[in-house]
Amino acid sequence: MLRIDCPFCGLRDETEFTYGGDASRTRPPLDETRAEVWNDYVYQRPNPKGLHSEYWFHQHGCRSWLKITRDMVSHEITAVAYAKDTGE
Amino acid sequence: MSTDRQKLRIGGGLVDRGKPVTFRFDGRVLKGFAGDTLASALLANGRHLVGRSFKYHRPRGIFAAGVEEPNALVELGAEDRLTPNVQATAQELYEGLQAKSQNRWPSLRFDLMAVNNLFSRFLTAGFYYKTFMWPAGAWEFYEKFIRRAAGMGKGTHLPDPDTYEHVHDHADIAVVGSGPAGLSAALTAAEAGKDVLLIEQDFELGGTLLYEAGEIAGQANADWRRQTIARINGEPKIRVLTRTTAFGYYENNILGCVERVQDHVLTPDPHVPRQRLRHVRAEKVILATGAFERPFVFGNNDLPGILLSSAAEAYVNRYAVLPGEKMVLYTNQESGYRVAASLLERGIRLAAIIDARSPVPTRHHHFAREAGIPLYPAHEVAEAKGGLHLKGLVIRKIGDGLEPRDIRLDCDTLIQSAGWAPVLHLQSQRGIKPVYHAALDSYLPGKCADGQHACAGAAAGYPTSEDAAVHGHKVARYLIGAAKTAPRLYAPKDAPPPSPAPVPLTRAKCFVDLQHDVTRSDIEQGVREGFRSPEHIKRYTTQGMAADQGKTGNINTLKILSQVQDKEQSGVGTTTFRPPYTPLTIGAVAGRSIAGELRPTRLSPFHDCHVRAGAEFITAGDWLRPWYYPGPGEDVTAAYIREAGEVRSGVGMVDVSTLGKIDIQGPDAAEFLNRVYVNGWKTLPVGKARYGLMLRDDGMVMDDGTTWRLGEHHYFMTTTTTGAGAVMRHLEYLLQIDWPELKVHLTSVSDEWGGVAIAGPRSRAVLGSSFPGVDVSTEAIPHMGVLEFDHEGLPVRICRLSFSGELAFEVYTRAGFAGNLWDLLTEGGKPHDLRLYGSEALGALRIEKGHVAGPELDGRTTADDLGLGGMQSTKKAYVGSVLKNREGLIRNDRRQLAGLKPVEGDTPLKAGMLLFEGDGITPKGHGIGHVTSVTYSPELKRHIALALLAEGRERVGTLIRAVDNGGATVIDVKVCSPHFIDPEGERLHA
Ligand SMILES: [Zn+2]
Repeated sequence: MLRIDCPFCGLRDETEFTYGGDASRTRPPLDETRAEVWNDYVYQRPNPKGLHSEYWFHQHGCRSWLKITRDMVSHEITAVAYAKDTGE
Repeated sequence: MSTDRQKLRIGGGLVDRGKPVTFRFDGRVLKGFAGDTLASALLANGRHLVGRSFKYHRPRGIFAAGVEEPNALVELGAEDRLTPNVQATAQELYEGLQAKSQNRWPSLRFDLMAVNNLFSRFLTAGFYYKTFMWPAGAWEFYEKFIRRAAGMGKGTHLPDPDTYEHVHDHADIAVVGSGPAGLSAALTAAEAGKDVLLIEQDFELGGTLLYEAGEIAGQANADWRRQTIARINGEPKIRVLTRTTAFGYYENNILGCVERVQDHVLTPDPHVPRQRLRHVRAEKVILATGAFERPFVFGNNDLPGILLSSAAEAYVNRYAVLPGEKMVLYTNQESGYRVAASLLERGIRLAAIIDARSPVPTRHHHFAREAGIPLYPAHEVAEAKGGLHLKGLVIRKIGDGLEPRDIRLDCDTLIQSAGWAPVLHLQSQRGIKPVYHAALDSYLPGKCADGQHACAGAAAGYPTSEDAAVHGHKVARYLIGAAKTAPRLYAPKDAPPPSPAPVPLTRAKCFVDLQHDVTRSDIEQGVREGFRSPEHIKRYTTQGMAADQGKTGNINTLKILSQVQDKEQSGVGTTTFRPPYTPLTIGAVAGRSIAGELRPTRLSPFHDCHVRAGAEFITAGDWLRPWYYPGPGEDVTAAYIREAGEVRSGVGMVDVSTLGKIDIQGPDAAEFLNRVYVNGWKTLPVGKARYGLMLRDDGMVMDDGTTWRLGEHHYFMTTTTTGAGAVMRHLEYLLQIDWPELKVHLTSVSDEWGGVAIAGPRSRAVLGSSFPGVDVSTEAIPHMGVLEFDHEGLPVRICRLSFSGELAFEVYTRAGFAGNLWDLLTEGGKPHDLRLYGSEALGALRIEKGHVAGPELDGRTTADDLGLGGMQSTKKAYVGSVLKNREGLIRNDRRQLAGLKPVEGDTPLKAGMLLFEGDGITPKGHGIGHVTSVTYSPELKRHIALALLAEGRERVGTLIRAVDNGGATVIDVKVCSPHFIDPEGERLHA
């Protein structure tokens, strides 16, 4: 079981969080109308054997969306930050 | 108490002769002592035969003295405390214990199913696949016969009377196993100031020290054990858990452990759980899990009376039981002679030693000569002879080029030692592969790259207790940071290459996996049929797939694979161990999360009001909701039909507090809503509400509900009951990750507000009487109008909206005031005969009106499928607006919301029924749609249903069929509009 060091709440158990998927993707602009672009955004995912950037929602905590770097092999978490701060 | 019945009990040992124990096996009353296992007590009474084998129903006896036991599985307890497949060798004896042999009929000594043994050529490798998997569907037919003939013990169908709990433990160092390595590692870490958790599956600490002859630091093993345990008990930094098995090892150094708190008592204390599942989180983990002894593979090697030599030593030295009168040792290595010497010290002289090596070291010749034991060097056991018990052996000289000559040896017990296998299950669970070491002919731990754990002692290959104790100490120093480099695994200097495992020529069965009845020839056949990898052989032959996970069989299988494929053993590969290391009860896994406590139960703030009103409740997701309010003699059907009728003809009140509620504030709130809903929100004025539909990014409908504009920058959103959590998460995702530029804040207020809907032609009158002085006229509160006011200190929010199709209002207040609002409305409703209705009537009303809910919003429907396509704005972009137009989502033949009426109006339909064309052809396949929601319509006085039906709108007026029970039930139905009543919506404006 993972433990995630929420920047707001501190070190908490995985059971408080909900997984939110790949964090390397960027939502297309609202006025984007090409279906292929949306298709890539919604369905195409990397599956690295190694570091993976992903979102987790602190559902039973501060309700922050967090951006986490996790090793897909060892499950080691090497970085946690507010998703907000990392967006451009 | 006399021990006269325990005819094979000898002196010494660790059993407590002051505490005699009476127990039953297959109905026979027997005696043992505290400190016995069920197996040792059975052996003391001369009972070897304890079960029949899985496939061939061959007689089986006690083979080991611990958790590696493949044979001695029993049904323990009775009635609601019956546990099947309990290992007699690991079950502590207790007063009143009842056990039964399993897998035999009608009796253990005379088993009719043993006829399987005669037909065994049909039961070879892959027989499940070859025989029963064809033709398709045959397995369903054969399975129940096979399960009866080939199987394990039977469980109980009675509810479990015991309780279980989960606890969380934390430690700097968790040590698994309390043999010489575990004990010294625990002490070393604790003396360095670390918090240590010492986990032992046995009821006594000590592991091999409990029976093995040897010395540590000049002290006899037994003395060293006693002294070390005394030091551990005096060490406050060490917490000891006995009767606790570390069954799983997971990432982040979490050990799953089960503590058998009360499996050694007849009547558990009801205030204490039977078992505890312990989630142990440790900084570092030391796996001092020991090693299993390996058996030889020869003919009839499954006969009762054949056991591991380490088990024999344990029975003699720990349990003071003689496994047999005339014992022969079969070995190919050092430790066999250590056991022979240990037994001799107890006055037990082996009848013979058979050594498969050539040459046998001189010191062993000396030992045998001095002990007066005949030694057969370079000999193999070809096969064992006997019926229900071992009577003798056929042995042969190995490979001297001459025609092999059979030698008969009479004996009643064979103890065997073909080498050792470090217990690497836990490490293997972490995905670390064991590594074959040819010099040891054994698999040793793989490398732990992250320094989070290490294997110590026999688990790292060390053969003697002294080596293990020293290694445990070093491993502890390394893991606490006192030593820089990881201690080495065992690597003997100038050891002779191990002799190849004998492959005797015999027509008798040579078992590799005793629990699953897999033989050497099954493995060979698997290879002949093209299976190469151990993972494939395992699945094809089922070797290693029984409850014991092949603890005594896996290495022999790999050996056979290497021999048959003529491959280096290091290149054969291995299989993967998975949790649990030993079987686990479902009760321990469930813990307290059973029945009503499986999930939290959420109560509406009006709950007490419903109880007072005599409601019957129903579980809906986490919620307990009023289902109906029975009148005298009414069941649910009578009640909901009455309640729904009362709403349509008068006025009713229903609790809607379970809806999700989100408070939305900020200058960009309107823009935000405009992006998440399919319809437009920019023009909604303050004081009005609007029905909204949201899609997922993939274009499917996610949720629906109304959102009320309370102020310039203030909205109140309602969601479906089940969608509340996901919608909140979705909206936060959009705001925090995708659109951080929007100035909007969300707050979940589902639990802060309680609400009811007042529905029916007289609903306005009820509000008027309840809130005198508040203008509730059509002008003041038009359709979808919102009123917010304070009534004598009671905060009230009202919106005129309808789920039932009748004139209706939703009335909310702060949850803490729910009781006051309820009283106010029931009082104000009295002159207007306000009735209560529950979720069943609510459902009937919404189905009559054709409103979609959970069964229709199943994540596979588009807005157009639901007849809501017209809501979707074409003037703006919103979540899902592009992908909703994908080719597959705009096809004409998609399943669309439709109404159904059975041709016979009194025939009820069932949700989930499949729909087929009305063409009379036998229904086959998945049909053209399915029934989603059903009810009896009090208004139409007939059964009706909503459905998702291919081209449903086109089919209105046609006849189709609803099918259930795989075609056994066929009902003719007519397709109609889903809006069964008042399609023009005139009642809303009454
Ligand atoms: Zn948090």
